[in-house]
Amino acid sequence: MSSLNVLIAVCLVYVAVLFAVAFGAERMALRGRAHWLRTPLVYTLSLSIYCTAWTFYGAVGYAARSGMEYLTIYIGPSLVMVGWLWAVRKMVRIGRSQRITSVADLISSRYGKSNLLAVFVTVLAVIGTTPYIALQLQSVTLSFAAFASSDPRASLPEDSSLTALWVAAGLAFFTVLFGTRNLDANERHHGVVTAIAIEAVVKLVALLAVGIFVVWGVGGGIAETMERIDASALGRWQMANGRWAGLIFLSAAAFLCLPRMFQVLVVENDDESHLRTAAWAFPAYLMMMSLFVVPIAVTGLALLPPGSNPDLFVLTVPLSEGRNGLAMLSFLGGFSSATSMVIVASIALSTMVSNHVVMPIWLRATGGGAIISGDVRHVVMLARRVSIVGVLLLGYLYYRVSGGGTALAAIGLISFSGVVQVLPALIGGIFWRGATRLGAAAGLLAGFVLWLWCLFLPSFGPGVIIPAGVMTDGPLGMAWARPQALFGIEGLDPLVHGVFWSMLFNSGIFLVVSVFSFPSPLERLQGAQFVNIFAHSAAPQGWQGGVAQSEDLMIMAQRILGAEEAQSLFRAEAERQGLAGYLPEPSADFLQRLERELSGSVGAATAHAMVAQIIGGHSVSVEDLMAVADETAQIMEYSSQLEAKSDELTRTARQLRAANEKLTQLSVQKDAFLSQISHELRTPMTSIRAFSEILRDTDGLSVDERGRYSSIIHDEAIRLTRLLDDLLDLSVLENGQVSLNVRSANLCDVLDQALSTALQGASMVVRRNRGAEQVALATDVDRLSQVFINLIANARKYCDATHPRLTIVVRQRDDGLTIDFIDNGSGIEPGAQDVIFEKFSRIGHHKAGGAGLGLAICREIMARLGGSVAYLPGQGGAAFRVTLAQAGRMAAQ
Amino acid sequence: MPDARGPVFLERRSYRRRRMADFARLLPVIGLVLLMVPLLWTEGRPDGTRTSHAIYWIFGVWAGLVVATGLLARGAEHGDDAMPPRPQAPPPGPGGEGGG
Repeated sequence: MSSLNVLIAVCLVYVAVLFAVAFGAERMALRGRAHWLRTPLVYTLSLSIYCTAWTFYGAVGYAARSGMEYLTIYIGPSLVMVGWLWAVRKMVRIGRSQRITSVADLISSRYGKSNLLAVFVTVLAVIGTTPYIALQLQSVTLSFAAFASSDPRASLPEDSSLTALWVAAGLAFFTVLFGTRNLDANERHHGVVTAIAIEAVVKLVALLAVGIFVVWGVGGGIAETMERIDASALGRWQMANGRWAGLIFLSAAAFLCLPRMFQVLVVENDDESHLRTAAWAFPAYLMMMSLFVVPIAVTGLALLPPGSNPDLFVLTVPLSEGRNGLAMLSFLGGFSSATSMVIVASIALSTMVSNHVVMPIWLRATGGGAIISGDVRHVVMLARRVSIVGVLLLGYLYYRVSGGGTALAAIGLISFSGVVQVLPALIGGIFWRGATRLGAAAGLLAGFVLWLWCLFLPSFGPGVIIPAGVMTDGPLGMAWARPQALFGIEGLDPLVHGVFWSMLFNSGIFLVVSVFSFPSPLERLQGAQFVNIFAHSAAPQGWQGGVAQSEDLMIMAQRILGAEEAQSLFRAEAERQGLAGYLPEPSADFLQRLERELSGSVGAATAHAMVAQIIGGHSVSVEDLMAVADETAQIMEYSSQLEAKSDELTRTARQLRAANEKLTQLSVQKDAFLSQISHELRTPMTSIRAFSEILRDTDGLSVDERGRYSSIIHDEAIRLTRLLDDLLDLSVLENGQVSLNVRSANLCDVLDQALSTALQGASMVVRRNRGAEQVALATDVDRLSQVFINLIANARKYCDATHPRLTIVVRQRDDGLTIDFIDNGSGIEPGAQDVIFEKFSRIGHHKAGGAGLGLAICREIMARLGGSVAYLPGQGGAAFRVTLAQAGRMAAQ
Repeated sequence: MPDARGPVFLERRSYRRRRMADFARLLPVIGLVLLMVPLLWTEGRPDGTRTSHAIYWIFGVWAGLVVATGLLARGAEHGDDAMPPRPQAPPPGPGGEGGG
């Protein structure tokens, strides 16, 4: 049976297993058992996508060509992870608390959610990653070809790029299937990560197996292998000038900046504490990956005919020894390395492209997009899927165009150096509050241009893009601008030269422009957030609600997060605010949270823009910053407001209780009044009926008797009329319907009139002080005189002294005028003093014949006139005091 | 009394933990210095440094770094739920407290 056919079968089975594992992991995560998939070990293994096919196959080739230099590629990341407390931990914390979706998102978010920077980083990442993806496709194709050449019966299709196309299509399918399941980039891709972890194990096992075979199977032990190494062409330490240090720096920086590394290191990180394990386990993994590289290279050089491709020694050494099984394992290792890198890289790039390029364009194209048009989720999802396919297609095209030659192999480090241009903005952003957007943009631009000129364009080979003449003499004869000898400094290794100058200008311009520019408030806010991430992980408020419509926000959130998730988010917030239903108040706090949720799906800049569309473009101002600073004061103010409200409620409740009591009392009074009035009406009615019956039924009444009876009826009818008149008067007064007839008069005159009316034909002595009575009044004189007449008549009626005497005392006080009516009778008993002003209250026997409404009417009148009438105890008789308010008197003076 | 900046002196255990964190931060620097030693080696000539020696040295340093990081991380794991802000933490900026 053809070994190539077996290889293809094994390969397909392996792919099927990966699909099954990814599918199973997604199912487990759905059932809430994701913690099985989320161990520090899985996290560490997922970091291993750093080891691509370029390192799996290429490291041996690298070692065969340039000795120990390949180690730099692994040492750099190892040092970064060993020093995880410096940068990695901070990046992870920032990524988690700010819901960062990519390295472009981190830069954009840090520098005031600037989409310009995000686009810039995205472009850089795409340019830097595309050749890398092409490299992976090439490695798979080459390894297939290696197998085919060892199998005389098999014939590979003439066009080897067909294999590459199939691989690219398969990878696109897998990535779209498992990489775009959920929109929220912060929701981990369980399937993808688990599959990658398995691939990480496969590639490590494969390389170790080949290494062990080479050392113990072929070499005969460690000592012998070491002797062989020392005896070989690689036997002595060789290192090109500066490359050792330069490449360690480059790989360390690339480890932090590569989009795919950022994806697994920060975005897919589930628990910050996993870093603790990864800090030592990942360097250990890298160490094991590089342990057997030199022995394999030396063995390959010795065993295989000169001129064979050292890049494939991992595969061809076992094949040449007839170990097809081992070669198969090794192939799977290489295949795993290539596929895992491509999957993660395309996820990372698609997130960046869709969030920072497609979404902003789409938002602008649709105008008020977020509110008006349809489901944003579909747009984003589609954008991601198209981006994934696009990125892979780009990689494939690059592979076709470059011809898959050695030029491609050299591009690995060029790619690294391109992506590394992000480093100054990244590190500056998380450690230095003074870093500004302008500085970052200027530095990035300078670095990018220099990288293009010195590294990327020359990498296509002399004469392809940059003419050979320019390489040797500089553009337009400017020798100082030669791509590989800037400023006339020659003799440097081209890579070190390019990295040195681009990083120098990049960081230098970044620093200088940052120092001399001034950041916007939002930038300063984000800067403080990022740099002091460990001091406070919660973001301060950037929005001011109120203008925003909760409903619009809800509509937008539904379109991005999905109906269910958005509703539960809003519901929870409404509940937190103590509101029923689904619409919380658009408080600054809530808007902040919502924006962050959205940024998990579409990136910080887009989320900010979308919320801004609804809020009305309001962004952070210096006032907001200050408001944030005294948040405590706000809280205190709020709590005092609450306290005031609760006090007010207590007061209202008290008032309501009092009102209720009064109403109850009034109802009782009304009942008493009704029963009294019916009693009062009944008494005269009874006598009228009785005497009218006598007149009607009794014959032979004398004229005298008839006259007497008729006059009784007449008297009683008058009494009834008077009672009804009084009642009417009282009701008018009580209802406040009375209209006062205000005119001016002299108090003395009013008293004279009242006395003459009330004391007509009575033998009562009146004592007065006419001098004190000379007071001008402006009031309803008739009503006032009614009160006086009533009081005087009462004195005349009830005074039981043998020589009745009435004393009238007028006094002027600060608060008004008092007129006391004091007689020399026995007065009113203390128990009765309280009730004399009530309706129908009468004291003693019936002799006076009043209905008991007089004093009640007086009280009502005085209340209308703005004064009062009260009983004055302790005057040696019945005494009433009429008080007239100041206003009634002063107005006339 | 601990104020906003944190206490000036720590109890023995947390003092030790902080010094361990200092050491963990120093570790990559130490590693880098040790891994720069190859720059001093004689190059290329037949009597130059043997590749096997280079392998022993580099992988030795590497393994040492792995073990040291592992031990420090394990040590820090115990009772390090809330690692205090870095000693050189800048003055507090805007923003309140709260869970992330």
